[in-house]
Amino acid sequence: MSQRPSVIRQTIITPIVLIVALLIMAALSYQFGSRAFNRTVVEMFINIMVVVGLYVFVGNSGLLSFGHISFMCLGAYMTAWLTIPPVMKSITLKGLPAWLLHAQLPMWVATPISGLFAALFALIVGRVIMRLSGIAASIATFGLLGVINNVYSNWDSVTGGQGSIVGIPPTMNVWTAWIGGAVAIAIAYLYSISRSGLALRATRDEAVAASASGIDIVRERLIAFVVSAFIIGLAGALYAHFLSIVNPGAFYLRTTFITLSMLVVGGMYSLSGAVSGVVAISVLIELFRDLEKGISLGGHTVGLPNGVQEIAIGIITIVILMYLPTGLTRNREFSWRRWPLQRRLTRPVQTALKELH
Amino acid sequence: MRELLQIIFDALSLGSLYALGALGIALIFGVMRLVNFAHGDFIAFCVFAMLWPSIDAAAIVFAGQLPFYLLIPLLLLIGAALSILSEVVVFRRFRNANPATMMIASFALGFVIRHVLLMLFSSRPKSITLWPSLGLPVEVFGAHIPMLQVVTIIITLAVLVILVLFLKRTRYGLEMRAAADNFTMARMLGVRANGVILLAFAISGMLAAAIGLILATNSGTADIGMGANVMLIAFIATVIGGLGSIPGAVAAGFLIGAASVVFQATLPHDARVFRDAFVYGAVIVVLLVRPQGLFAPKSAKQRV
Repeated sequence: MSQRPSVIRQTIITPIVLIVALLIMAALSYQFGSRAFNRTVVEMFINIMVVVGLYVFVGNSGLLSFGHISFMCLGAYMTAWLTIPPVMKSITLKGLPAWLLHAQLPMWVATPISGLFAALFALIVGRVIMRLSGIAASIATFGLLGVINNVYSNWDSVTGGQGSIVGIPPTMNVWTAWIGGAVAIAIAYLYSISRSGLALRATRDEAVAASASGIDIVRERLIAFVVSAFIIGLAGALYAHFLSIVNPGAFYLRTTFITLSMLVVGGMYSLSGAVSGVVAISVLIELFRDLEKGISLGGHTVGLPNGVQEIAIGIITIVILMYLPTGLTRNREFSWRRWPLQRRLTRPVQTALKELH
Repeated sequence: MRELLQIIFDALSLGSLYALGALGIALIFGVMRLVNFAHGDFIAFCVFAMLWPSIDAAAIVFAGQLPFYLLIPLLLLIGAALSILSEVVVFRRFRNANPATMMIASFALGFVIRHVLLMLFSSRPKSITLWPSLGLPVEVFGAHIPMLQVVTIIITLAVLVILVLFLKRTRYGLEMRAAADNFTMARMLGVRANGVILLAFAISGMLAAAIGLILATNSGTADIGMGANVMLIAFIATVIGGLGSIPGAVAAGFLIGAASVVFQATLPHDARVFRDAFVYGAVIVVLLVRPQGLFAPKSAKQRV
């Protein structure tokens, strides 16, 4: 009697397909894209990291989180503190402790430290917040976002307040961004096939039965929370290197909702959904940006009026959700067998979110 | 004593604003489990409805010039119409979707409304003067209180009384409470789902218009993002109050308003900029102590 193939053998194809697809995008844009286009691709890869990080928590636990962008904020500022030349820091950020003030680390060291910092913070607050369930947990994460944003916007001597901190070495290109995306996808995949990931999805699908089977819901949620904070902390660090400035306004409601929309549009319970949601929305944004600039039709430039881009994207999001409420991938994963989408869940299960009902 | 009175009035008027917002969100949540993130943009839309579309810096006041007895009903009508329209065009199709999908759809709708406003009016805040006489202070027990605060509190109390009478004494109110309690059961007993939901949206839209009027009178400007903050706090208030509990939402709205004002007044000067952090922190603490909300209805209890 043949043994059933292991979980890895069954599912390893999903992250490989995703990472290779991103590699092709990176290569094409590096080869043929303009400078501006390359920047768009880098931004998309960073968004993929954020949304994949969100997926690790939201997708596996079924709880909506509004607070994850605060981890992006933590990661970005930590990177800024670690990589800005000490001469500049001593002028703008006088309140930093001496060891941070004199530190100047290369990006390859600073980025993982930033991720770990975000993860550590998530471990501390998560111990408290993860005791809550359902919508209470969602609102508590919202509170977390509010607290972090308020502190980082007003602690002038350490974070530069509402203004921007400048001087982070701009070291990003499509390849570093691709590595970031690939790392995020790999971590998310490894988490979702781990014991904890399986247990957490069990609590999402049937909380009572899972708990009766000896799964500690709070513990599994906390693990997912920390892992996702690590990924998003990394994304924040890369984002800081990408823009070379950070300011607290970039890590607040707008980003929170855009990334959540990307996740839901793609399909919030699948890794493929997280990635394809970002790609779909990014392509749309780029398309309408070009249309606003205008396309030449027989000598005339015909362009849409400014502002149509956002309106169109909002409307398209609504229409997609109307007809595909479980997202573009219908919560399935990419795979070779029954290509392109293998059915993973027999039907979308949403028990943890039903706590809202 | 005088300062204390000042603080009390500040707390009550800010709390009124949040309570009205929370009411608008709780009503819709009650009947269709939708957290309406577009509510803040409804508020902004109602304010901008008083202006003629133009991207110039100077605002062309249009409907805003009407006398108040025409302007107020007109704005309430606009708010109700926008709200009903959004239910008919968008939310009706999400009745069976999961709450996260609905939430994102409502956010996307708000995004669309905001950018339509941006296109028509540009992002510059515009000055709009409504009833300048309301800015004058009145003397209440020796304290100088802006007239507007008094009016805001009175309006809120009036709205609450009317709403309570409506919910408790009329057939439609009864249907709405039944629907909020158990929608499926209410439908089986003959409550018309569409009617009740439309009514909830209409009332919620009118509340948005009322908040818009108060905000515009208070700040003297029309700003695209003006509803967002009220919406956020209102959303938090509905959860703290106990989801599905309308009195809970109102009480929590007042509570958060009071907490903000009290933190503002009592925190040491250096820490005052961190007031919001304290407010959000307090929200988390309240949730930890009572995760089901302060005034959770019995029906909200989770059954196995």
